Amino acid sequence: MSLENKEFKPKIVAFCCNWCSYAGADLAGSSRLTYPADVKIIRVPCSCRVNPMFILRAFEKGADGVIMCGCHPGDCHYSTGNFYARRRMTLLFSMLDYIGVENGRTRVEWVSAAEGVKFSDTMNSFVEKIYSLGENVRLGDLRCKN
Amino acid sequence: MQELVNRAKELLADGTVARVLGWKAGDLPYNPEPAYFETAEALEDFVYNGFCGANLSKYMIEASKLEGKTMVCLKPCDTYSFNQLLKEHRVDREKAYIVGVGCKGKLDIEKIRGKGIKGIELIEGAELTEEAEILKIQTIYGDKTCAYADAMLERCHVCKGKEHMVYDELIGDSKETKDGDRFDEVARIEAMSPEEKFAFFQNELSKCIRCNACRNACPACSCRKCVFDSTKFDSAQKANADSFEEKMFHIIRAFHVAGRCTDCGECSRVCPQGIPLHLFNRKFIKDIDELYGEYQAGADTESKAPLTNYTFEDAEPSIVGKRG
Repeated sequence: MSLENKEFKPKIVAFCCNWCSYAGADLAGSSRLTYPADVKIIRVPCSCRVNPMFILRAFEKGADGVIMCGCHPGDCHYSTGNFYARRRMTLLFSMLDYIGVENGRTRVEWVSAAEGVKFSDTMNSFVEKIYSLGENVRLGDLRCKN
Repeated sequence: MQELVNRAKELLADGTVARVLGWKAGDLPYNPEPAYFETAEALEDFVYNGFCGANLSKYMIEASKLEGKTMVCLKPCDTYSFNQLLKEHRVDREKAYIVGVGCKGKLDIEKIRGKGIKGIELIEGAELTEEAEILKIQTIYGDKTCAYADAMLERCHVCKGKEHMVYDELIGDSKETKDGDRFDEVARIEAMSPEEKFAFFQNELSKCIRCNACRNACPACSCRKCVFDSTKFDSAQKANADSFEEKMFHIIRAFHVAGRCTDCGECSRVCPQGIPLHLFNRKFIKDIDELYGEYQAGADTESKAPLTNYTFEDAEPSIVGKRG
C-alpha cells in the first residue's frame, strides 16, 4: 500500500454534552481559540446518552481516538446523568485496555460551558496523544479503512 | 439422588408442586439435560450427578408463567442467579419451590477428553452417593481413571461457597472444592503488554462461531428483547464478518451483565469452542470490586447494582491508565 508516503491524519470523535461541553466548544470558537480539525464533535443530550456501543462503533468505523466530554460531576443538567456515565466509561475503558487497545485512545474530560480554554487545551493534548499512538489497527473493520 | 426423587414424588403427589424442574439422563453418560417432570413415572429418568452443571434458575422465568408451583433443584451457585432474577422481577418466588441440592463440584467432559481419554462409554464415580475421588471411565480403548478434582469445571475450583442463598429445603451434602482465586487469571492478563493482551484475545475470540449459546445460557442475560436479535445491530444473528465483530459481541455481552453477573460460569461451560468467556465477566467484577467496593450479585435481593448507583467521589475514568 502507498501508506508510507501518506501523512497520518487521525480521525477523532468527541461526544459532547449539549449543556456544558458543546457550549464550551462554542465558547472556544467565539474566543478564537484553536484546536485541530481532526476532532469531529457529535452533540449528545447528556454524557449519559453515550452508549458504550457508540464508542465501539466509532472505533469500528475507523476512529483513532474517542473522547467524551460532559458537565462536571455534580453540575449535570439532568442532575445525575454524568455520574452514571462516569462509572460506565470507567468500566468500558478498563475493558478496552484489558483486550489490548491502548488506554490513550479513550478519554473522558469534564468541560463546562465557561471553559473554552480547557476545551481547546484538552483537544490539543488528546490529538497530540493520538498522533504519538498512530493509527488504530486493533479495533477496526478493515472494510472501513481506505 | 434417590432422596431427591422420593421427595419430588411426594411433592407431586400431595399437590404442592405441579412439576419438577431437574435434569434427565441424556443419550450419553456425560450429558444430562434440563427437563420438566410432571408425573411420578417420568421421574424414573431423573438424574443428579457430577455432570449436572446446568444452572436451572433461568428456566424459572418461563416456569413462573405456568400454572402452579414448580419444584426446582438449585445448586449453591445457582441460588445466586435465582436471587438476581428475583431482584429484577423476572421470576416469581411464589411459583418456585426451591430444593437446594448439595454440590461436590461439577465435571467438565472436555477436561477428561483433554487428558486423552476418548471413546467414553461409561463413567463411574460421577454419582454423588459416595465420596467421589476417582472417576473410573470405560472407553472403547479399555478402562481409564481420572481424579475427580482434575476433571472439575474451572468455576468449581474457584467456588463461591456451598451455602444456598435462597431455598425452601435442602437435600444432599456438599463438599468444598475451592482451591484457587478467581481473579488470578484476570490479573495474569492485566500484567501483559497491550500487544500480548491483544494477541491472547484475538486467539481466543477468533474461535467464536456466534452460536449465541453464551447468551442463551446466561441467567443474567434474560431481556425479552435482545440487542443481538435486532436487525439494526451490526452483528445481529450472523457469523462474525471480521475480527472487530468478534470482539464487539463479547464486550457488549459482558457489559450488558456487568454488575449483575453472579459469576456462575455458565457462559464458559456451554461454549462449544471452549472460549474462556468468564474472563470478560470477571474483569468487570474485579473492577467493580476494586473501584466501587466488593459486590456479589445475587447475594441478596435488596442492594443496588453498581451500574445503577453512584457516589460523588467515584474514580475518574482516567484511573484506568494510572493503574497500569
